[in-house]
Amino acid sequence: MSVDTATVKKVASLARIAIDDESAERLVPELNNILGWIEQLGEVDTSGVAPMTAVIANKQRLRDDVINADALTGGGIREAVLANAPQAEHGFFTVPKVIE
Amino acid sequence: MTDLTDLGIREIRDGVRDGSFSAREVATAFNAAVAAAKPLNAFLVETPDHALAAADAADAARAKGETMGSLAGVPIGMKDLFCTKGVPSTAASHILEGFTPQYESTVSQRLWEAGAGMLGKLNMDQFAMGSSNETSAFGNVVSPWRRNDGGNAALAPGGSSGGSSSAVAARLCPGATGTDTGGSIRQPAAFTGISGIKPTYGRCSRWGVIAFASSLDQAGPMARDVRDCAIMLEAMSGFDAKDSTSLDVAVPKWEQGLNASLAGKRVGIPREYRVDNMPEEIEALWQQGIAWVKDAGAEVVEVSLPHTKYALPAYYIIAPAEASSNLARYDGVRYGQRDLPDGANLQAMYAATRAAGFGEEVKRRILIGTYVLSAGFYDAYFTQASKVRTLIAQDFDRAWGTCDVLLTPTAPSAAFALGEKSADPLAMYLNDVFTVPSSLAGLPAMSVPGGLDKHGLPLGLQVIGKALDEQGVLNAALAIEERAGFVARPQAWW
Repeated sequence: MSVDTATVKKVASLARIAIDDESAERLVPELNNILGWIEQLGEVDTSGVAPMTAVIANKQRLRDDVINADALTGGGIREAVLANAPQAEHGFFTVPKVIE
Repeated sequence: MTDLTDLGIREIRDGVRDGSFSAREVATAFNAAVAAAKPLNAFLVETPDHALAAADAADAARAKGETMGSLAGVPIGMKDLFCTKGVPSTAASHILEGFTPQYESTVSQRLWEAGAGMLGKLNMDQFAMGSSNETSAFGNVVSPWRRNDGGNAALAPGGSSGGSSSAVAARLCPGATGTDTGGSIRQPAAFTGISGIKPTYGRCSRWGVIAFASSLDQAGPMARDVRDCAIMLEAMSGFDAKDSTSLDVAVPKWEQGLNASLAGKRVGIPREYRVDNMPEEIEALWQQGIAWVKDAGAEVVEVSLPHTKYALPAYYIIAPAEASSNLARYDGVRYGQRDLPDGANLQAMYAATRAAGFGEEVKRRILIGTYVLSAGFYDAYFTQASKVRTLIAQDFDRAWGTCDVLLTPTAPSAAFALGEKSADPLAMYLNDVFTVPSSLAGLPAMSVPGGLDKHGLPLGLQVIGKALDEQGVLNAALAIEERAGFVARPQAWW
């Protein structure tokens, strides 16, 4: 499979990265080179092989259902959460108007 | 008295404990070395006060006769991928400029609790994506090494933990944290003549470590020798309920367990690691390594890892796929940079922010990741790569039937010059050919210096072990270290 300029632009839009025509054109051969190379995986017979889901066997843990059990990850730290926001008002993240 | 910056972690720990020198003297000496090494561009942020505060705490504990932590009085460098409370953490990307974490990563917290101090935050490849430290938004890190051909070319310190490798090799810190996704601890360690171990996936908590590829990322120490790595790894490791992939197993006393005798051990040599066009020097080093482990009492056996050649392409599907997902959080809303063109709506703000904030290699990988995960391609690429990953892990499992550890070269060459490979992304990816398979299988693996190439540059040997057998890896590495007698160091030019 190979990509063209239109595909690169579509993928960039899915990835939420603005891209100009010049960059898209430059990326076409670069991505095709990489995609062409990874395509050799198609040679491997993987019938009957399960895709890896966990690299080291580990039991799924569930935490106790306790509100604010951990001071850091529990909640109630609004100021800390908002401290690095490019723009925050009235205790919320703010973004450009979404609904007219 | 010897220059304190010439001392390693163990020597500093022991010297502070027995009063040969104070922790403050150590921190002051390293702070000065860091401040004087700007041309290496190894540090993004310097934190001399953090190092001094930890040193004073260590000196006070000693004066009062209190128990000293395992790293009391030892100042270290912290890769900028670790969130450190109140100290900017950018992962060397513009998109996180201005981000000051409100919390401490578990690994850094453990190191501070063991008594270590922080000299500063270390430069790296942007979001840990790169093998040469040329993708940092804040300039390349330069290796302290120079070729002996008189050319003075600025060399790559390896990547992505290149600030860490450069700083340790240049004696700016006795040890540093690194992270390894496909070789980012081992390859820079090899390029700069130091040691570094990536432990079993899940040994070190990933909580507070800026994510690249979550099923692969693992923190580890980089230091001047095997023993120092063992000391630091012990302090970094351990179960953390805040990371769902953290392994709930005890941390062994690795330093205490060090033993350079390999009697009764079997060292496997994977046939498929003899890649095409491998430089003669790498092959010669490998043979030398085989002779060393035999001398240490090991039996050497040839093993086969038939899916080796597919590890790298599988990695370059899985890692970008996970990166495209992990890096979706950088959208100009919650932290870091925001780029808001006039009249832009929310989608345009995301796209503009991400276009301006990410570097070229990061964008390239996000696009590859987005492509291989997109509808219609998901099974052909991502599912197939995940199946190949299973086969690669099974190859290793089978190998453990006939051997205890594997011995391979760490990288296919010595350090290359900055700029030499950066124009060809694929050529750069191929640098990780020996380190990626063990990453995909989550296994512990370590690089130790083995010798010098014809230009006087370090070459590394890699030991790969079974899951949770860091001790076996450290011991084999120690056997090599003792026989290699590697004492070369870069001549200060910075």
